[in-house]
Amino acid sequence: MNSNSMRIIGWLLVAILGASALGGIALNRGEPVNAIWLITAAACVFALAYRFYAAWIAARVLVLDETRATPAERFDDGHDFIPTNRWIVFGHHFAAIAGPGPLIGPTLAAQFGYLPGTLWILIGAVLGGCVQDMTIMFFSIRRNGKSLGQMARDELGPIGGNAALVGTLMIMVILIAVLGLVVVNAMKHSPWATSTIASTIPIAVLVGLYMRDIRPGRVLEGSVLGLALLLLAVAGGGWIDHNPSLRPLFDHEGLPLAWAVIAYGFAAAILPVWLLLAPRDYLSTFMKLGTILLLTLAIVVMRPEIRMPALTQFIDGSGPIFGGRVFPFVFITIACGAVSGFHALIASGTTPKLLASEKDIRMIGYGGMLLESFVAIMAMIAASVLDPGVFFAINSPAGIVGKEAADAVARISSWGYPVTVEQMEMLAREMGEKTLFARTGGAPSLAVGMASLFGSAFGQNLLAMWYHFAIMFEAVFILTTLDAGTRVGRFMLQDFLGNFSPRLGQTSWYPSVILTSGIIVAAWGYFLYIGVIDPNGGVNILWPLFGISNQMLAAIALSVSTGILVKSGKLKYAWISAAPLAWLAIVTSAAAWVKITSPDVRIGFFAAARDLADKLAAGDLPPDKAAVAPQLIFNQQLDAWLTLFFVILLWIIIFDMLRVCVGHLQGKAVPPLTESPHEPSRLVEKWVRD
Amino acid sequence: MLRKIWRTIRRLSGDDAYERYRAHYRTVHPDEPELSRKAFFKREQERKWNGVRRCC
Repeated sequence: MNSNSMRIIGWLLVAILGASALGGIALNRGEPVNAIWLITAAACVFALAYRFYAAWIAARVLVLDETRATPAERFDDGHDFIPTNRWIVFGHHFAAIAGPGPLIGPTLAAQFGYLPGTLWILIGAVLGGCVQDMTIMFFSIRRNGKSLGQMARDELGPIGGNAALVGTLMIMVILIAVLGLVVVNAMKHSPWATSTIASTIPIAVLVGLYMRDIRPGRVLEGSVLGLALLLLAVAGGGWIDHNPSLRPLFDHEGLPLAWAVIAYGFAAAILPVWLLLAPRDYLSTFMKLGTILLLTLAIVVMRPEIRMPALTQFIDGSGPIFGGRVFPFVFITIACGAVSGFHALIASGTTPKLLASEKDIRMIGYGGMLLESFVAIMAMIAASVLDPGVFFAINSPAGIVGKEAADAVARISSWGYPVTVEQMEMLAREMGEKTLFARTGGAPSLAVGMASLFGSAFGQNLLAMWYHFAIMFEAVFILTTLDAGTRVGRFMLQDFLGNFSPRLGQTSWYPSVILTSGIIVAAWGYFLYIGVIDPNGGVNILWPLFGISNQMLAAIALSVSTGILVKSGKLKYAWISAAPLAWLAIVTSAAAWVKITSPDVRIGFFAAARDLADKLAAGDLPPDKAAVAPQLIFNQQLDAWLTLFFVILLWIIIFDMLRVCVGHLQGKAVPPLTESPHEPSRLVEKWVRD
Repeated sequence: MLRKIWRTIRRLSGDDAYERYRAHYRTVHPDEPELSRKAFFKREQERKWNGVRRCC
């Protein structure tokens, strides 16, 4: 038997294994499924997709050409453009794209059961997200590493370009607000979590000073020092939690914590990067890679059973975590991990300046997203290994299940997910928390899931430590995204204002820095504030809004890809990006339609605003709720208009792209391709490629 | 083997950035003065965070 047929048989086995794992998961009813089958199914699907679909796109559709010099080679300047080993680029690219999104989305979507989310993560990534990242990376490389916004402007016209800009800015605002809300909910009345998260700030500053002044540029030394201090901070938080005089200092309601996060965000945006942002990023990157590795190990070693049913009754839209049916809301809830428009910003501009060969695009563009998707699968597992009753008790807001523990367990048990007050109290004690009821946002339930996995794999007696380690891990990189996002928003705003006043456009002019940072922080701070005072938990409103905006950015990216494919004479292959685009257009529009028109007060924005206004007018609200009601009513209306705006923007871009494509096919004048000319690579002969 | 892993870690984290910069500078611009380790690190951090570097 020759090696070729051996290889065919090998891949056939992978296909059979994957199909049976997937079939086993999908068709299994009643009996508990082991998490290892989810991992197996994901690994097989991803391996097949990478081996066949990605290879086919690389060879036939994009026609990657390794003899062509990449921008990194042509402009090699030693800092921006550097031809880099592909494993190194892969590491950088993955660290850049994988944030807290793929951990939170699947946790929330687990309210539908593990199946819808898992299938969407697998299918969405393979056919949508990976293709988006890979094609955008390729087109950016062929255009000297241009950003998504520039490519949209050059290839589609000014409408697409401006839409990309506005879309990015708005996503940033909503993303930061919702991430801030997740952190606030994790810290609420948890002195341990609050003190640990607070101590990450001085630790980052210390590391920043170390890397800059004490031992300049010694990144690894500084990071190891910082990581050791972070672990100490987790342990120290436990000590503070047990210390009656220090405890009250860190025991706060949501609102003061939200103000603290807002003040922190503003400070981080105007402080120099080396002091806070850059060192925090080093710590969060190491933390992220380490924890993901640990989580994989724990799942593989423990092979936990999935307790969540494949489907829950909440697919009908009555779910406690967020309202809305499984279609279209599972596709909006899980953006990162399946298709994330934000990636297109990294895949264009940043990463393309490092690639030494076009051949690496498949591994870094497609493969990088596959790995993120794998992280999303693990988050889904961590949510599904919890007892469903416990999962819903942690994630259901008090406005839905009631403020009192007895009411909440009665309500949740009535759904068919039995849970008791004693069980929750015992769990909270084990995790070192006062209560775990209504800890919405996904972070606490993910931390409980991770802690129980880590605990059973590496030592049960340290559950409280593991829980707060997981919270700290999530908070560290949520805060990194918050800092970095505020900064990017500031730069974009300064760039925009620079059109009117050159002075305001100077990124180093301090009054402008303060003004623009203030505007960005106020924008996300507003949504964070409303999210905290909203008795239904804020996540119910903000997360779908984030999903819709992120999918809209993905639609911009896929429109750019489709437009360029058609203009390159590859109409017959344009479906690789047009099909996911069509799907995203359908789900985003459907979700927006429901969010705007639904008469259900938990789903429809206008319905909620009307309902609250009626109750306020009738005097049915208790005084504390009546006081904030006008703000909540205004916010619901604002969210509705914002959703409408996103959808209109989405369709404008799609029609703009179609106009360009049809124009091209009819031979009319359209913006020409801006591909840079072929220049032979000299790296191919010089390098022995690994 | 261990040395190779160590080199990869340094490369991935950017720990060896200054050494690479010097090597690059010496071959490409041999007669211009090069930055000190501290000045280089400062410039790199400013440059690195001037754009979208992190995602959701």
